[in-house]
Amino acid sequence: MTVQTSRRGFLRASAGLVIAMALPLPMRVMAQEAAAPSAANPPPIPPNAFVQIAPDDTVTVVIKHIEFGQGPLTGLATLVAEELDADWAQMRGALAPANTPLYANLLMGAQGTGGSTAIANSFVQMRRAGAQARAMLVAAAAAEWGVPAAEITVAKGRIAHPSGKESGFGAFAEAAAQQTAPEAPTLKTPDQWVLIGTDLPKLDTAEKSDGKAIFTLDQYPEGLQVVVVAHPDVFGAKVGSVDDTAALAVAGVKAVRTIPQGVAVYADNTFAALKGRKALKVTWDTSGAETRDSAALLAAHVAALDGELHEAEAAGDLAAMDAPGVTVVEAEYSFPFLAHAPMETLDGVITLGDGKAHAAFGSQFPTFDQPAIAQTLGLPPEAVTIDVMLAGGSFGRRATPDAHLAVELAEVAKAGGPGSYKLMWTREDDIRGGYYRPMSVHRFRGAVDAEGKIVGWQNLVATKSIAAGSPMEPMMVRDGVDSTSVEGSIGLPYALPNKRIALANVETLIPVLWWRSVGSSHTAFATEMFMDELLQAAGKDPVQGRLDLLPDGREKVVIQKVAEMAGWKGAKQGEKGYGIGYAKSFGTYVAQIAEVEDRGTGYPHVTRVWCAVDCGIAVNPNIVRAQMEGGIGFGLGTALFNAVRFGEGGHVVQSNFNNYRMLRIAEMPRVEVEIIKTDADPTGVGEPGVPPIGPAVANAWRALTGKATRALPMLSEEIA
Amino acid sequence: MERVPTPQTASPPATGAAATSPVRLTINGMDQALTLDNRVSLLDLLREHLHLTGTKKGCDHGQCGACTVIVNGRRINSCLTLAVMHDGDEVTTIEGIGTPDHLDPMQAAFVAHDGYQCGYCTPGQICSARAVLEEIAAGIPSHVTGDLNAPPPLSAEEIRERMSGNLCRCGAYANMLEAILEVADTQGLPA
Repeated sequence: MTVQTSRRGFLRASAGLVIAMALPLPMRVMAQEAAAPSAANPPPIPPNAFVQIAPDDTVTVVIKHIEFGQGPLTGLATLVAEELDADWAQMRGALAPANTPLYANLLMGAQGTGGSTAIANSFVQMRRAGAQARAMLVAAAAAEWGVPAAEITVAKGRIAHPSGKESGFGAFAEAAAQQTAPEAPTLKTPDQWVLIGTDLPKLDTAEKSDGKAIFTLDQYPEGLQVVVVAHPDVFGAKVGSVDDTAALAVAGVKAVRTIPQGVAVYADNTFAALKGRKALKVTWDTSGAETRDSAALLAAHVAALDGELHEAEAAGDLAAMDAPGVTVVEAEYSFPFLAHAPMETLDGVITLGDGKAHAAFGSQFPTFDQPAIAQTLGLPPEAVTIDVMLAGGSFGRRATPDAHLAVELAEVAKAGGPGSYKLMWTREDDIRGGYYRPMSVHRFRGAVDAEGKIVGWQNLVATKSIAAGSPMEPMMVRDGVDSTSVEGSIGLPYALPNKRIALANVETLIPVLWWRSVGSSHTAFATEMFMDELLQAAGKDPVQGRLDLLPDGREKVVIQKVAEMAGWKGAKQGEKGYGIGYAKSFGTYVAQIAEVEDRGTGYPHVTRVWCAVDCGIAVNPNIVRAQMEGGIGFGLGTALFNAVRFGEGGHVVQSNFNNYRMLRIAEMPRVEVEIIKTDADPTGVGEPGVPPIGPAVANAWRALTGKATRALPMLSEEIA
Repeated sequence: MERVPTPQTASPPATGAAATSPVRLTINGMDQALTLDNRVSLLDLLREHLHLTGTKKGCDHGQCGACTVIVNGRRINSCLTLAVMHDGDEVTTIEGIGTPDHLDPMQAAFVAHDGYQCGYCTPGQICSARAVLEEIAAGIPSHVTGDLNAPPPLSAEEIRERMSGNLCRCGAYANMLEAILEVADTQGLPA
């Protein structure tokens, strides 16, 4: 699945020469380009950076985004195939290696996948790459056949001329490579699309079905040593002393080395490595560590709301809430730390030798990972190559601005010396390894007047900033407000004439990170629950009450659509409760309605979910639907069951799936998804399915049972 | 899933030179004769010794199902059993079920219904799903089977219950269920 990364091999498909050879010229053009590239105005494309055509007619699209289930491999290939007029059966995808100038995310200015941007930032760039490759093939055919290029047609992978001449792409791949790519080819109009907007089989499915797909953990280079690291058992602790006698006596253990992250055990195989790590005697220096338990951490968040606040948004005058005759509603919601828990734990393979390092892992931010490895090893950046591997899920976990996994991988190689190493985190390492969705507390105060109009809305948020202290801070933090802490709390579409949203930043040593849907994973949850409580105080229906607060626009359309799909009649119907959740995240509008039952277990049993989504043009409708379904399953399991808790001394209580419970197939509700048809540019779908489901379920549960959810997860003691 | 009995062997060596045993087993129809550290799990044998990496390591504690393989016709979590306990056994992994040109019906149904996202749990899901249909056909009841004296029905509820040992963090369950139901329907199992 990965492409060749040697400088020349990279320009060829495996089966032979590919389109265009001249990397240096376009790179020079790129360097001279004055205007900053953007998604709408992509930089010139080195012709072979994205499209490789082999003599056997297969077209391989080099995918600049990592594939871990959200579908960019198929999505970006669809965009190329559309303009190339290829047949879908000839399309292939391969993940691009680390190479920021070529493979930058045009919405980030860095090579990275996140923020549900893969399709959005590639929409023009990939279509243009396909159109250029098509033009070069046509030019080559025109030259060979001695006919005007304008008379040549291309459809379903066949190049044809009215004279009867016809060919596949492969025969012209080499000649096409000598042609000049048109800089800004005319792209098709939507009515000309034959692939975009249709359900296509995904390109990575067959090899994922027979075990051939290679993930990081599946690599076994010659002479490989398996490495596990004993990390401190509380955050911020350091290695005190190490007794490795017993560990070194374990058959198969090769070495034990102390590295900045902990104590690394090197072995012939996984079993020996784990056995050796267990035999280590390490004392940890916890003098500067985070030793608070969950109750103390929660108390610190609550207390922070009475401390220094940074204003995030304000409008009108909150004094309206103190007017006589208004009904004031107050509520406080708390959200726990969450682990991402991808099915494939963090891992990496690195080979060090001859002044070079080659790493192969699920690098979500190669722009951060590559220099981090180089710096750790004291190598020039060009001496470090990274193959981006398929990854078994991420949900944000592999996108780390501090590149901690890449650094640990490099430290392992540095301490081990020349050779090949596979760093493996166990499930327990993963659950206890931090980089959690931060804990947060939302304090709300709102008011409705005698007519049921909302006259005040105050939302104070306490959480730890994800971006502060990272390279992302200058971009994401303004006046003490990390945009990821309040996204989903600010900019609400509802008519709220008097409002204030303010943020308290909480300090802990627990590393935090974006987790699928980032801020909206808690902000939308809190906002939509409080909206239901206010509407109830106003005597209004949850659906109609929301519609009454919205201007005509895309948010209103998805709410109307989902209500129609669910046949909304009210929040309680007999023995079933119904609740709505709405959120716009990453530019995508999603509304969901959940149907819940009370089966006496103390938490809602969710039987059905209806989902309406407006993500602009749906490039791959089947992937959009799958992401909504997956987001609902992911968000539902979390809302019901998940918390990372800290026990005495700051030790993480959870360890594996027995006490960090995933949603199982028997618990998956029946989901119906409808995609709103629009001609707006596409936005992302990897994350936006997540935010609405939690509040939809909590609102349905409150309607059915009268129980308001104030703390997550809904099943408060997670084992049931 | 089948529970594997604790091995009745002498206490294992604490550290130092590992005790080894010869073991002969058939994996995907091929005879394999190996001498193994007694403590190597079947999962690590498949992955590290034979490089049959389709079988995945997800939790190493029998909690996620990513390592599901078929041993003598029954599905087991290969992380929970030692390789040396399978002397003489027949093991089928995802690599032994079908190839891209000749996909097994369950593999083809997963492709057709897009029964996965990241794909890491998929080999375990497919191995498990095939075994589920065989278990139902053999009349083995589940936790949700109402009448223990009648053949279990081939219902979505039965499949959901029986597939509950295989986690999918991406939440691709809806399409998996469709895929499994389609194969069940094709095989004409009683509804």
